[in-house]
Amino acid sequence: MDYPIDTIRDDFPILSAKTDSGAPMVYLDNAATSQKPSVVVDAIRTYYEETNANVHRGMHHLAEKATAEFEGAREAIAAFVGAPDARSVIFTRGTTESINLVAQAWGRKFLKAGDEVVLSIMEHHSNIVPWQMLAQASGVRLKYIPMLDDGSLDLEAYRALLQGPVKLVSVTHVSNALGTVNPIAEIISLAHEAGARILIDSAQGIPHGPVDVTALDADFLAFSAHKMCGPTGFGVLYGKEALLEVMDPFLGGGEMIHTVGLESSTWADLPYKFEAGTPNIAGAIVTRTAIAYLQGIGFDAIEKQVHDVTDYAVKALSRVEGLTLHGNPPERGGALAFNMEGLHPHDISQIINEEGIAIRAGHVCCQPLMERLGRPAIARASFYFYNTVEEVDRLVASLDTVKKIFRI
Amino acid sequence: MNDIQAAQQEIIDDFALFDDWQDKYAHIIDLGRSLEPLDEIHKTETNKVKGCQSQVWMYSCTEEDRMVYKAESDALIVNGLVAILIRIYSGRQATDIVEASNDFFAQVGLDKHLSMNRTNGLFSMMKEIKQRAATSLA
Repeated sequence: MDYPIDTIRDDFPILSAKTDSGAPMVYLDNAATSQKPSVVVDAIRTYYEETNANVHRGMHHLAEKATAEFEGAREAIAAFVGAPDARSVIFTRGTTESINLVAQAWGRKFLKAGDEVVLSIMEHHSNIVPWQMLAQASGVRLKYIPMLDDGSLDLEAYRALLQGPVKLVSVTHVSNALGTVNPIAEIISLAHEAGARILIDSAQGIPHGPVDVTALDADFLAFSAHKMCGPTGFGVLYGKEALLEVMDPFLGGGEMIHTVGLESSTWADLPYKFEAGTPNIAGAIVTRTAIAYLQGIGFDAIEKQVHDVTDYAVKALSRVEGLTLHGNPPERGGALAFNMEGLHPHDISQIINEEGIAIRAGHVCCQPLMERLGRPAIARASFYFYNTVEEVDRLVASLDTVKKIFRI
Repeated sequence: MNDIQAAQQEIIDDFALFDDWQDKYAHIIDLGRSLEPLDEIHKTETNKVKGCQSQVWMYSCTEEDRMVYKAESDALIVNGLVAILIRIYSGRQATDIVEASNDFFAQVGLDKHLSMNRTNGLFSMMKEIKQRAATSLA
């Protein structure tokens, strides 16, 4: 069956939006956040109109309905990532909070001065800064896996780093800047062979294809709902139950306690120990809707469409004179980064925005990677399953306008 | 009409010569290209204008009772905006700078493209220019 691109695009009313200047919009900033299909938007409304109540507290009809839907979402998300038990699925505000949770609740308790945490040069700031905060507080040392010129991680250097006193490896599944898909199965098994724990930042990975944490033997895995058709402000930390059990809480407050005295308290069981305060209830419930939507389209179909469009874009942009594409990794997700000779990426994005093309320009939260590329900033186009090759053509055509206006 | 208002009017008149947005942008870019580059010694971390997504360095000093601004951006369009702001505000009296109106870009016919709330740094640069003028008066 042909890929039903028209029907899919109809699911996203925002894709028919026009810019201030009346140009039809081409949304190629999916690595920043994805658009939301009507079914997800509707589910938010339905939740607030039919279900809204606080969870785990009241004994009335709505409280029980909300709690059932909220915990149902946890079960569904656990199944989606292959977690053996829903207790090991912690709800957070997003990938950033998930990583901070591990850095603070696991790192502070189990890492000591001189221990090493291995990151990579292509990490998003959200997988660098929490570890720097930990390092400053505890004397943990940070090491970085370097990158080869093709935009893939230098696995030889990684093996060498693992000879040191490494207690944790925390790397991205897919680079938000270059689109590089890292070989996480291999990265995980090498970490384990060296006796280190591993955290996978799958913010850019899981939206494009399911990840099985059990098959991969991941210790921790973090992702955000908003990059996969879900709402902003909701994310997940998966952790192995045995690890989560021995960690101290991250935030204190209601919901996460068992008993509270004047001097001290005892903690609730998993997963609630890590979920202080009223959670993003609608976020959880609607993320389940988003996952079901993606599963309805089929992740194989999603992966193929993103791959085809990205591949087409790589080829088309390679033909643009004066344009440098960064990296040519063996496997690329839905993002690519480029620069144009003599132009700042902001110059590019500002002009093509006039033609309705939305890309990202800047350091894309990856300043160490920018340093490695020798550029202060990049232009990034990132695709999702509702993007088309025609939209890539419009991107490429808009670069002609750029050349014309800048006379290059 | 003070010096600042006169310079603003001149720029509004210049832009009135161009009909479409592409030509207006091309003019901004030309202004950026002909802007005197900032001395490398002034491209310091403290001279970086915060809040600009591209890099903008701004140097200022006072000459008698007038503010002198020199600045540069690594992005061409922003450098053109820098050139416009310098033409308007450099060599003016600090009191006039502090009191100057911010909204003249609307009259240039580029408000849809270069509004203050966009992330092009226009707002941050304006703020910096005024702040430095205010500091010189303090």
